[in-house]
Amino acid sequence: MQFPILSTLIFTPIVAGILLLLLPAENRIWIRRVALVAATLILLMSLFLYFSYDVSRGGYQFLEEANWLPQFGIHYKLGVDGISLPLVLLSGLVIFSGVLVSWNVEDRPREFFSFLMFLGASVLGVFCALDLFLLFFFFELAVFPKYLMIVVWGYPKTREYGGMKLTLYLFVGSVIALVGTLAIYFGSGLRTFDLLALEQAGFPIEFQRLWFPFVFLGFAILGGIFPFHSWAPDGHVAAPTAISMLLAGVEMKVGAFAALRVGIQLLPEGAQYWAPAILLLATINVVYGAFIAMVQTDFKYVIGFSSVSHMGLVLIGFATLNRDGLLGAGMQMFSHGVMTALFFAIVGMVYDRAHTREIGALGGLVRKMPWAAVGFIIGGLVSMGMPGFSGFVSEIPVFMGAWQVAPLVAVVAILGILITAAYIFLVVRRVFFGEIPAELSARVGDVSRKDKLVIGMLSAVMILLGWFPSLLTRLIEPGVQSILALIGGGR
Amino acid sequence: MSSDFTPQMWRSIFPEVGLLILAIVLLFFDLIWLKRPQMRARWLGWITSIGIVLIMGVAAGVSMPQGQGSIEWGGMLRFDAAGFVFRMIFMSAAALTALFASQFEAVKKRGEFYALLLISTLGMNLMASAADLILLFLAIETTSIPLYVMAGFLTRDDRSVEAGIKYFLFGAITSAVMLYGFSLIYGLTGTTQIYELSSAFQAGNLPVGLAGLVIVLVLVGFGFKISAVPFHFWAPDVYQGAPTPVAGFLSTASKAAGFAVLLRVFQIVFAGQGSLWMVLIAILATASMLIGNYLALAQRSIKRLLAYSSIAHAGYLLIGIASDSELGTLSVVYYLIAYLVTNLAAFGIVNLIENRVGSDEIGALAGLNRRSAGLALAMLAAMLSLGGIPPFAGFFAKLLVFAAAVERGLIWLVLIGVFNAVVGLYYYLNVLKVIYLHPPIEEKEIVPATPGWRLAMWVCMAGILLVGFWFSPWYSLAQAATSAIWVY
Repeated sequence: MQFPILSTLIFTPIVAGILLLLLPAENRIWIRRVALVAATLILLMSLFLYFSYDVSRGGYQFLEEANWLPQFGIHYKLGVDGISLPLVLLSGLVIFSGVLVSWNVEDRPREFFSFLMFLGASVLGVFCALDLFLLFFFFELAVFPKYLMIVVWGYPKTREYGGMKLTLYLFVGSVIALVGTLAIYFGSGLRTFDLLALEQAGFPIEFQRLWFPFVFLGFAILGGIFPFHSWAPDGHVAAPTAISMLLAGVEMKVGAFAALRVGIQLLPEGAQYWAPAILLLATINVVYGAFIAMVQTDFKYVIGFSSVSHMGLVLIGFATLNRDGLLGAGMQMFSHGVMTALFFAIVGMVYDRAHTREIGALGGLVRKMPWAAVGFIIGGLVSMGMPGFSGFVSEIPVFMGAWQVAPLVAVVAILGILITAAYIFLVVRRVFFGEIPAELSARVGDVSRKDKLVIGMLSAVMILLGWFPSLLTRLIEPGVQSILALIGGGR
Repeated sequence: MSSDFTPQMWRSIFPEVGLLILAIVLLFFDLIWLKRPQMRARWLGWITSIGIVLIMGVAAGVSMPQGQGSIEWGGMLRFDAAGFVFRMIFMSAAALTALFASQFEAVKKRGEFYALLLISTLGMNLMASAADLILLFLAIETTSIPLYVMAGFLTRDDRSVEAGIKYFLFGAITSAVMLYGFSLIYGLTGTTQIYELSSAFQAGNLPVGLAGLVIVLVLVGFGFKISAVPFHFWAPDVYQGAPTPVAGFLSTASKAAGFAVLLRVFQIVFAGQGSLWMVLIAILATASMLIGNYLALAQRSIKRLLAYSSIAHAGYLLIGIASDSELGTLSVVYYLIAYLVTNLAAFGIVNLIENRVGSDEIGALAGLNRRSAGLALAMLAAMLSLGGIPPFAGFFAKLLVFAAAVERGLIWLVLIGVFNAVVGLYYYLNVLKVIYLHPPIEEKEIVPATPGWRLAMWVCMAGILLVGFWFSPWYSLAQAATSAIWVY
């Protein structure tokens, strides 16, 4: 038997989380060490998986299967393909960065890192699950770490509101998806949750049209789809830095990924029927998100709304249902994940030192925190799709795909990118350039070495992909091909 | 029917005989050997609990029915897997409650409290296996009368006395209505045997109106036991006033007993009238979920919150009944197992907090995470399990119940159910917020509880986790119970 590397990957954070809870609360050194070791292991394992995936073979690899509750058709089945593997690597990067930027958490670090690990296990589990029940199990596992981490360690003014809003929105989404999931389970007549078997089940077209909105919308709420996006900025802003990074960087991809895997892959006919509606909503996401981001006065809200805008591009890519669009969506999920994690990390670093996030009260920080400024500018260039950065290579295919199905969508979405450029320039100018206010000048110092490591690592990934997009496309391409095979060349 | 005693007959009532002997032994211990109150406080809970566990162990060996089951004692008792599984549920609840009670000042020294607990459990056991309406009624009364006394056990506490009287009055009236239903059944068919009634009640033999009336009358009695809306009014006051371990026992074992008879009577006697009562039960389920959850939002006492939440959970369980399918029955049994460990844990923690802080306000839980990280985690597990979040027991239980309804195409009921789950999660999370975020009233650490309490809590926690992700053993139990009920 092959070494169960996916199980090891998922259970590393779970074991670490339990281990952390067993440590005495005062032992901060060991608490951090355990968290860092676990995060490093996750990153190394995800890197190993990423580079040892056999591209020529394609399909699902590193398969593992065990009986869980066979009477009810539930199996513990894991495997990754070209779509999910980049997201596994993304999770590894963001969890690792999240631990580093949270190094100096003062309040109950034991619970903090433990819940962070559980959240990590949840996202990794969703990406690796090949059983619908297992996927759902891991999806819901994220509920309590998300809520408690926002409420306990979040931004005091809005944490109770933001945390509850986020949790309830996402729970509503997941229970709607649950109803759809159960309908798929019974509708297939197979009495199994095995995703591979369900992909081949061939649901009647009426069934697909009825149930597609349940599963797609249910999961896409976590992907930030308009008009159910408003949890995202409020939740992200209320959350502590590491959780904002994980929520916007990875959790939103969990939603989009589950919508793709369960919605589009299992109910392709339903997807084709509803594609125009998704296209419309996603286009609103892009433009509306960008406009709202432009008028924010809170630094973190700008990034929160920019996530809504960028996730719109992912959803547009899905809704095109063609090769270019899906390829772009897959790349955008990765690129945006890294970018927004970097953004939130830098926002956190600025807030920790300046104690304010009001854009008007900040300025000239480039002289005090050059690393943060450079990192933010790189992130900004990625987000406006500048050539040479990962944003360009992932946004262009989305627009190409959209052009083929609805040119108007492509045009409007590109306008959205112009607005993105506008707000990024505004923020960069006001926060990092210009005069530094006197009271900030005394208080603000440079970022720590660990922070620099995070900024450097995430920036490097984005530049590397900008120059060598094939690092990513070589995986996503076969993944897209198998989705297209399911859709059956309908378009 | 031969009048000879067969070993089968004794095997079919072994657990009840055991409980009766245990109750008598306990009273003797109380009177004769354990003279000093401290001795009684220390040992009575353990004796009860260990005794029940021994009975369960032996029963698992001798009282495990083979095959499809049989009818014993001249048509009085049904000896089948459903009865067995439910007995195990009741006796586990009683064993855990006895240990939790050792943490409650006013009852831990009182032998008669534990004897009442055992007699009530005996009644529940008979409820789950009664095959005759007469025995069923007697079993319900044997269960209820000790519970009335236990609810009003704190004779110096007005709220407890009020709880006892309220519970008694509600119980007496609803069981009178139910008995009237039973008498109508006898009058219409000439028999009280549940397994003979099923053929008499086959569709067409009785006018729909009359059958409907009978069903409604019987449902009043059962609805009271499971605290479903509109027979729920007693629950909040009784849960708040009764000694906390009793409230935990009422919300788990007593509710499970109600569901046991509901399943047996409705799936067997009224099997032909499915279309009639499916709607009725679905409406009760909807009302229970809505009223339970929305009134829980406004509660400031954690015990009242749990009372309303238990009404809501009766609603979720009724979804399984309304599905009128094998999966529905299975989901109800699984749900009851999950709810048992979860709610006993929740009440156990409330019991300890009440004991240490002296209040049952939700505010008394403030800062629990700083005062005792372990207790906070236990409460986290209990609340999330009630909310239906993995990896805790409530998740899969809820999923099964909803699955049963989806299978039968009751999509509207499922949608009501899932949105209620969202409302439920809101107030469970609010409790967690108080525990983790609000500053503690005092910094003092919570003094550890008695060994009995701690053991029971560990068992509940293990149960919440194991039922939450190691499904097969519990699923198999539920499946065994289901197939025994669905033989007909």
